[in-house]
Amino acid sequence: MKVRVSVQLKPGILDPQGKAVEQGLHGFGFAVEHVRIGRLIELEVPGTDAADVKARAQAMCDKLLVNPVMEKASIEVL
Amino acid sequence: MRVAVPVFPGSNCDHDALHACGTVIGWDTIPVWHQETRLPEGTDLVFIPGGFSYGDYLRCGAIAALAPIMADVKRHADNGGLVLGVCNGFQILCEAQLLPGALLRNASLRFIHADVHLRVERADLPFTAAMKAGDVFRVPIAHAEGNFTLEPADLADLEARGGVAFRYCSPQGEIGEAFVPNGAMNGIAGIVNVRGNVLGMMPHPERVVDPRLGATGGMGIFRSLATALAPRSYE
Repeated sequence: MKVRVSVQLKPGILDPQGKAVEQGLHGFGFAVEHVRIGRLIELEVPGTDAADVKARAQAMCDKLLVNPVMEKASIEVL
Repeated sequence: MRVAVPVFPGSNCDHDALHACGTVIGWDTIPVWHQETRLPEGTDLVFIPGGFSYGDYLRCGAIAALAPIMADVKRHADNGGLVLGVCNGFQILCEAQLLPGALLRNASLRFIHADVHLRVERADLPFTAAMKAGDVFRVPIAHAEGNFTLEPADLADLEARGGVAFRYCSPQGEIGEAFVPNGAMNGIAGIVNVRGNVLGMMPHPERVVDPRLGATGGMGIFRSLATALAPRSYE
């Protein structure tokens, strides 16, 4: 099954990249705030049971895909 | 005294480490390819060098932390063996959970290469015993992700247990935001684990030990290591 893992910096963590993009958008005259940049990871996980696939994707996040010091993830089984 | 220098694809300060430990100081220094599963017999110090291991893919140090050699580095650390991680080596130690915290993009968003001053916060470590608390030394930094970050509660714990080894400071040793090049919390440049045998730092002491290159600010750390490990050499 296809799985989409969205990795975002935690709310309290400074995101200088997001800040720079926000300033860039301000430069074009867009009214925008709180721009945060994350990472989207797509996976193909064998199996048909969505709950089981999601649990395995969660294990992948815990092991490697996410650094819990600074990031959090949301997992979507498609 | 035997030093092992793990080499990952994308390491680019491994030769600085080999030159400092091997050529300048004269320790038995051995490069170890990341696919190896064992450190050389009798390794006293593991020096994880700087660079861009695995192209900084996913997060700096995240993939290197899973390399086969790292299991033996963990075993070495668990047995009380010394581990020094510099720059990307620090990032790898954090990702391998041998040290707490994470190194985020510099607050300025820029890669910074500059000389900085560090203040010794702990002088009772194998890495610092030849220095005194409050001593200031000058070393170069060269990184884009050196912005040390921890959850507030964990940061308080780290400070309370004296986990900070080095802090960025002025040439006179004053502490303050103005002297922190990368946004690191509390101006933290280097930390140690609870046991005090694993040290990670962003600045490069190994680049300033050869007098022919014009500066020897990093020598205090290597002199400390020589003292700490001397008894073992004569066993």
